[in-house]
Amino acid sequence: MSSMSKRIRIWVGIGALCSALVVSSLVSASTTAVAPAFTLPSRAGDNVSLEQLKGKVVMLNFWASWCGPCRTEMPLLEQMHKRYSSLGFTLVGVNVEANTADAERWLKDTPVSFPVLFDRESKVSKLYDVNAMPSTVFIDRKGNVRYLHRGYKPGDEGEYLNQIRALLKE
Amino acid sequence: MSPGTNKARILWSIVAGAALALPLASSAGVLPDDRADALYHRYEGGGVTIQGPSVLVRKKMAEKYAVSANYYQDMITSASIDVEVSGASEYKEERDQYQLGFEYLRGKTTYNLSYTNSEENDYDAQTASFGLSQDLFGDLTTISMGFSRGSDKVRNATDPSFERDIDRWSYRVGVSQILTKSLIASMNLEVITDEGFLNNPYRSYRYKDPVDGTRFILAQEIYPRTRTSNAVALNARYFLPYRAAVYGGYRFFTDTWDIRADTFELGYVHPIKQQWTLEARVRYYQQNNAEFYRDLFDFANQQNFMARDKELSTFNSMAFRIGASYEFAQTGWRFVKKGSVNLFYDRIEFKYDDFHDARVSQMLPTDPGYAPAGSEPLYEFGANVIQMFVSIWF
Amino acid sequence: MIKAIALKLVSSVLLLSGLCACGNIEPWVKPYERQQLADPIMNANPNPVSGAYMDHVFEAREGARGALGGGGGGCGCN
Repeated sequence: MSSMSKRIRIWVGIGALCSALVVSSLVSASTTAVAPAFTLPSRAGDNVSLEQLKGKVVMLNFWASWCGPCRTEMPLLEQMHKRYSSLGFTLVGVNVEANTADAERWLKDTPVSFPVLFDRESKVSKLYDVNAMPSTVFIDRKGNVRYLHRGYKPGDEGEYLNQIRALLKE
Repeated sequence: MSPGTNKARILWSIVAGAALALPLASSAGVLPDDRADALYHRYEGGGVTIQGPSVLVRKKMAEKYAVSANYYQDMITSASIDVEVSGASEYKEERDQYQLGFEYLRGKTTYNLSYTNSEENDYDAQTASFGLSQDLFGDLTTISMGFSRGSDKVRNATDPSFERDIDRWSYRVGVSQILTKSLIASMNLEVITDEGFLNNPYRSYRYKDPVDGTRFILAQEIYPRTRTSNAVALNARYFLPYRAAVYGGYRFFTDTWDIRADTFELGYVHPIKQQWTLEARVRYYQQNNAEFYRDLFDFANQQNFMARDKELSTFNSMAFRIGASYEFAQTGWRFVKKGSVNLFYDRIEFKYDDFHDARVSQMLPTDPGYAPAGSEPLYEFGANVIQMFVSIWF
Repeated sequence: MIKAIALKLVSSVLLLSGLCACGNIEPWVKPYERQQLADPIMNANPNPVSGAYMDHVFEAREGARGALGGGGGGCGCN
């Protein structure tokens, strides 16, 4: 069996090497750039543009009803919005689904009080170069993108709160 | 064990199927949801009835670790053609199998480890498996690799002193690739090597009776002590715009026993409204015989290796499936996120090209339908397979 | 012969994945375009117990074995 175990060793070696070479995705990145402007229809029926929210700390959350971590995250985002909205903070949900029926059905069961916008044509997703689901973008009072989160793992909400408080202090 | 079944293959098939299907079903980045399944399975065909439960529970912790446990049982009542030809009477048997699995998710990599133990009165088997799967290229590609090591003990209920071993190694590699928004394809390769006592201690080959050429005599099979097989499979799944899915696949198989097999599969999944899902599937399988297989040898010990296991013969099978699933508690009920009840029915038709119905030459020459050894009609049979199961996600 | 091809294929895929991970291949299906792929009907193994059982039913009665399973697809989240 020596040729067999040698083969195993080669395979394991290749596997380990490649796993090491693969770049793990950055979970959170810090940046400074002007947040691209957009206007999208909201669930309430009116159109909401980023311009209207200047002066507030905006947490833009790209989500979809078919995305497990997005659904897990939503109740926590709702708590954050309720807690800090009187201090000049707002959460804005951007639903990326082309067909919004599933999202609307899910929101009936899990209601949220923050505005949910529908990006049916993926214009805003492309504008913000969304490359993970969910994606969360923090925009400061001046309209600059400050923090970017890719994905959601339990515990990330701690970092969200720290960043909200930091941006509110400015 | 028993005439008519090859333990090694049965055990290996359930373990391999479970080892692959149970832990490795996740797409790296997110572990599959917690679930519990309770299944009742029933196979009836060719004089054999096998039924029993299969229960699975899986739970994840901190979105990083997952544990799964599966209990599977076969309750067998067999009066198969091999049992009848050997003159034995219908027998009953039970096989219990336990499997434990662990998964660890780190970034885009999922590692999995599993251990399986199967026991019956004359066959024990253990298998350990390790695998990993990695998402690459913006999560469009998933590469998976796995290795299994198995160790079986073959015994004979009629001879307590008889005990033999089988050692098994399996290496597998797979690539899954998202091609478009609606199409995903995958390729899988697997190499399996067995070493040890590979035949069934109860099964016999047959040779022409030197005294009366129209009858036959049984003698114990002799198999090679090793077998290495290679399989490569291509699969694809496509989302139809009106919300349905069509899938298909092809597997090519060869081994050192000279068996060559092709498997074709085509299926269709059709959801109705939010709660019902219907499925239909067709599977065609064909293989040619192992090099040392023969339905009727000319005389005893004609070759070094001799087998008459119909699973090594030249045959084809056609399987049709229809299934229905109903989802309940979709908006949650206490700790249950959603649940489903499912019913699947498969009909499998086996047609053998070089395995004859030896019972026909065991009849009296004056019986209607009698034929001498070697001229009996080719054997064929149909089987019904039913699965009823409940799944809950929590 | 298949084993040799398989080994070469595997090594080249692994090598390629290692090398390409350092570079930048733009995914042509964006994470926000995976609605259809994340649909449960696109899951190749939605019922693991049933899948494992049927694999066993066939493998116990056929000469062929292996090359079943594998993961991938889904929502591609995180």
